[in-house]
Amino acid sequence: MAPRPYYSERGDRIDGLAPVTVSRYRGFTRANHWVTALALIVLALSGLALFDPALYFLTGLFGGGQTTRWLHPIVGVVLFFSFLLMFVQLWRLNMPRPEDTTWVTKFGDVVKGNEDALPELGKYNPGQKFVFWAMTGLIVVLIVTGVLIWQQVVGHWVSVPVRRVAVLVHAISAVLILLVFILHVYAAIWTRGTLRAMTRGTVTGGWAWRHHRKWLREVASRDNKGPAE
Amino acid sequence: MKDIATAPTTAVSNPPVQPTEAYFDARDVVRISATRDVPRPERQLEPVAKLIDVSKCIGCKACQSACVEWNDTHPEIGENVGVYENPHDLTPDMFTLMRFSEWENPATNELEWLIRKDGCMHCEDPGCLKACPAPGAIVQYSNGIVDFIHENCIGCGYCVTGCPFDIPRISEVNHKSYKCTLCSDRVAVGQGPACAKACPTQAIVFGTKEDMKVHAAERIEDLKSRGYENAGLYDPQGVGGTHVIYVLHHADKPGVYADLEENPRISPIVEGWKGVTKTAGLAAIGLAALGATLHGLFSRGNEVDDHDTQAADVLVKGRDPDDTHGGQV
Repeated sequence: MAPRPYYSERGDRIDGLAPVTVSRYRGFTRANHWVTALALIVLALSGLALFDPALYFLTGLFGGGQTTRWLHPIVGVVLFFSFLLMFVQLWRLNMPRPEDTTWVTKFGDVVKGNEDALPELGKYNPGQKFVFWAMTGLIVVLIVTGVLIWQQVVGHWVSVPVRRVAVLVHAISAVLILLVFILHVYAAIWTRGTLRAMTRGTVTGGWAWRHHRKWLREVASRDNKGPAE
Repeated sequence: MKDIATAPTTAVSNPPVQPTEAYFDARDVVRISATRDVPRPERQLEPVAKLIDVSKCIGCKACQSACVEWNDTHPEIGENVGVYENPHDLTPDMFTLMRFSEWENPATNELEWLIRKDGCMHCEDPGCLKACPAPGAIVQYSNGIVDFIHENCIGCGYCVTGCPFDIPRISEVNHKSYKCTLCSDRVAVGQGPACAKACPTQAIVFGTKEDMKVHAAERIEDLKSRGYENAGLYDPQGVGGTHVIYVLHHADKPGVYADLEENPRISPIVEGWKGVTKTAGLAAIGLAALGATLHGLFSRGNEVDDHDTQAADVLVKGRDPDDTHGGQV
C-alpha cells in the first residue's frame, strides 16, 4: 500500500481533463456535510427562539413552543453525531502545518485575494482549519452543556448551580458558533468556485492551483503515476 | 349580577354563600415573562403576604393535605425512608412541603426539631419570570402573587434555573412547570390560601403584607421574651422582599431551616445570561450577518483567473500527455 498522502486524501483525484476538474469530496462526505448544515440551521432557529423573546415567533416554524423545546435537543444529538462522522474524515488534513504560520502573518494578502504572496497550501488553509477546530470545540461544549440543561432527560440529576453555568456557557457558545457559521458561509461564497466542492464534489483545476496548490500537486502526481494501485 | 369580592385580609373567614366575582385578574398584571414594556395597570392592589411562623408549626402537614385537595393534585404514594418529609421533595403534584431538620444548637447544646414549610416565596423580583423564554407563561400581579399560566408554558425548565429557592418542578406528564400559586384563585374571590385556612395552630396566616409584618413583629417580640434573642422576620431584600415571609426563632441562621437561603438573590449568572449575553450576542450575530451580506453583495470576490487555469492544465496534463485517466480526453 502506498504511503499515506501528506496533503490530500486517498480519494482525491483528477476527475476530468477538459477542463481540468479535481474531485474534492465524495458523495458520502457531501451528504454528511449537508445533514450537519441542516441540523445547525434548525438548531440556530429553534435556539434563537428560546434565547430572546423578540425571536420567540420562530417557534412557529416548528409548531409552537413545546415542540421547539423537545425538538432542539434531539436535533442537537443528530448534529453531534453527524459532525463526529465528518470529524473522523477531516481531522487529519486540518492539523496545523508550518506554512500556516506564514499564511496567517500575511492575512492582509489573504483578504485582498493576493494569492501570489501566500505560501502554497495543502487541502485546507488556516482559515478553513480555524472553522473546523472552532466548530469541533464549540460542538463539544454545546453538546455537554446542552445535555446538562435537557430538562426531560437529566432534569432530576443536575443541580441548579450547574444548570446556571451550563445555560450561560451554552448561550455564549451558541453565539460563537453562529459567528463561525457566518464566517464559513461567507468565505465559501467569497472564494468563488468553492461551493461546487460541496454540491458536485469537484473543483476546477484553476481553483485548486490558486488556493490549494500543494494539494493539487500531490493529487496530480499521484494520478500521473500510471496504473492504479 | 354577582358582587365583586373584596381582597382577603385573613384566611380564617368562611366564604360567602353567594358566588362572587374575582377582585383581580389579567388587568392587574405588572410583569409578564418574555415580554417588555408591560403597561402599568390602572390600579395598584394592596400587596398580600402569607406569614409562616415556624415556631408555631407542629408539623402536622394539614397544609400539604389542604394544598393537594384544593389544587386537585395527585401525588404518588411514597416510600418511607426513615425521615418525616413526605414526599421527599417538592414535585409537580406537591406545591408545598414540610421540611424537617434536627439541629443541635451550639449555644445550648440542645437538639431542636425545626420544621419549615417550603414552597414558592412569591418574590417581588422573581428569578423564574426573568429566566422564562415563553411570553406570558409567568405573570406577577400588583398584589405580589407570581403565577404560572400553564397554557403558555413550554416545559424548558429555565424557571428552575432562575429560581433562587429551587421551587418550580416540571411535570413529566404534560411538560409544564408547577409551583404554589398562593391560591391566586382563592385570593381572587376573597379567600386566603388553602394551607393557611387549614393550619390548626395558625402558624400560617394570610393578609396584607403590612398586616403580616405587624403580626410578625408581635410574634418576634414574644419569641424574644422567651429567650430567642435572634428571632426575626425573613423577608429577603435580595429579591426585593417576598410575599411569603417567615418568622424564624434563629433568624440569624436561616440555613439551619433545611438550607433556607441566607441571602437569596437572582444569581449573577442568570442575570448575565439574560442580560449582557443576550444583548451583546444578538448584536454580534446581527452585525456579522449584515456585514457579511453587504460585503458579499458589493465586493468582487476572489475569482480564479486564466493564469491559474493554464497553470493547472500544465501541471495536470503537461507531465504526462498520454495519461488518459478520467477518460474524457
